[in-house]
Amino acid sequence: MSTMIDPATRRVPPRGGFNATVLRIELRRMLRNRRTIIFTLVFPAAMFLAIGGTVDWTVDAGHGNVGAYIMVAMALYGAALTAASGGAMVAMERSVGWSRQLRLTPLSPTVYIIMKALLALVLGAIAIAVVNIVGVIQGRPSMPVGVWIACALLTLLCTLVFAALGVFVGYIVPGENAMQILGPGLALLAFLGNVFIPLTEGSMIYHVAELTPMFGVAEVSRSPLTGDLNWVGVVNTVVWLAIFVAGAAWRMSKDTARV
Amino acid sequence: MTTEIIGASQELAAVALRGVTRKFGDVEAVRGIDLMLRPGEIVAFLGPNGAGKTTTIDMILGLAVPTTGSVEVFGLTPRQAIARGLVSAVMQTGGLLKDLSVRETVEYTASLFADTQPVGVVLEQAGITGIARRKVAKCSGGEQQRLRFAMALLSDPALLLLDEPTTGMDVEGRRSFWSSIRKDSQGGRTVLFATHYLEEADQYADRIVLVSQGRVVADGTAAEVRALASGRTIQATLPDARSDGRLDEIGRLAGVESVEVRGDHLRIRAADSDAVARHLLRHTDARDLEITAQGLEEAFLDLTGQHDTNTGNGVTR
Repeated sequence: MSTMIDPATRRVPPRGGFNATVLRIELRRMLRNRRTIIFTLVFPAAMFLAIGGTVDWTVDAGHGNVGAYIMVAMALYGAALTAASGGAMVAMERSVGWSRQLRLTPLSPTVYIIMKALLALVLGAIAIAVVNIVGVIQGRPSMPVGVWIACALLTLLCTLVFAALGVFVGYIVPGENAMQILGPGLALLAFLGNVFIPLTEGSMIYHVAELTPMFGVAEVSRSPLTGDLNWVGVVNTVVWLAIFVAGAAWRMSKDTARV
Repeated sequence: MTTEIIGASQELAAVALRGVTRKFGDVEAVRGIDLMLRPGEIVAFLGPNGAGKTTTIDMILGLAVPTTGSVEVFGLTPRQAIARGLVSAVMQTGGLLKDLSVRETVEYTASLFADTQPVGVVLEQAGITGIARRKVAKCSGGEQQRLRFAMALLSDPALLLLDEPTTGMDVEGRRSFWSSIRKDSQGGRTVLFATHYLEEADQYADRIVLVSQGRVVADGTAAEVRALASGRTIQATLPDARSDGRLDEIGRLAGVESVEVRGDHLRIRAADSDAVARHLLRHTDARDLEITAQGLEEAFLDLTGQHDTNTGNGVTR
């Protein structure tokens, strides 16, 4: 123990406290959560295999086949779930005072958000990879490698919409209950978003579905495959991203009394 | 009381609050606090709930910004001091992730500082080496508090703030917590702890800063604070105390501050307790007379102005 503490000898950490230890612990923390694993990694892969049994895999769809189409959809669903649960965790960490605890360390709030976003992307990538690997092993999806990669990257980007949704919902529904709502909620949105089963174009439900949050990202993420990106999908994605980010920011700002 | 502050001007103050106020809307939580803490002092921040203790601590930690006035920690802003690991705090509740293990929590925190003590050493100091692999969710309240303590020790802070640190601890836990804080501060660490346990302030602090309604109402050693509220308390049994204007008679005696009646029980606070005792024994049927000097608790209630709210159905002057 020092005899007298000399303030002049103290250093500030580089990069605002950004470091690999935090990323490692956070990643391990998420991966050992059984619910996260089942809902974000096992469930989408299982859905991919199950739905596959009911349709004809080899029918052409854009630049690939129906198998590829379903695989991209399920990867999106899995990545959206991971991102949403990651977002809900940010809100949960604030509600239990962890963010406040972090304010007593050199960690900068911006670096905290950057590390969280990075983690969301890493987990999203894992979720996408799992479905894709299952697809490769099963061997039925078929599309050019370039399309395959482009779809995966777009899917990853689209998951940010659901990270914002997760933060928003996490604030409205406090604590661990957020995932109880996000799980079934995202499943419903996936049905409406044309992710699980194809909706009949032009039908009543299709017009409603076009307005829901997963419809747009689904269109965008599979556009390299379908070769068709209509403005409805793009506008849908951008508008919902704006709504969720605004909602999350609004709830966050309401919560600054005792950060 | 001011002798405490004079010495501080020669060295860098651990904490310097100058004319600090803090408003929440129309509510003034802190109404003007000046406070200098010298390096190495153990100071109790004593006051009733809502006195502004937590708000003041939040401002020293940079979690809240003063409405007016300035806060300096070792000559730096609170945020600069925290970024250098000079300040840490143990909060009352929360602030832990339930799904991390004890060791992970300490490792996570350690990774954010430029320099820290080794994780193993800190776990040992806080007495939680044995539960390092346990999940935070499975730790008892006392164990969680020791974990918070371990996290606070990591950066070897020059100033440690404790907000009601022993809330929820049993007597033994409280004693061992304070003995480790004592042992620890021999290295020159300044400790400021908020509490509403009088005995805790009395036993463990070098200096007591008493706050009430957002102001410092007393500042000094326990003995000095006790002396500030002078006078004694006289208690007696007096049947029919309320009849025949007896209370008024007592109240008119010189130096009587307050008279309380609960049933047959009479409780009088007065500067000249002898005069009151003489009157009671000569002119009334009072018996079981008991005269006590002010305790710290009395001084506390007196100086924070809580006495008046606490008189039940009594008469107060």
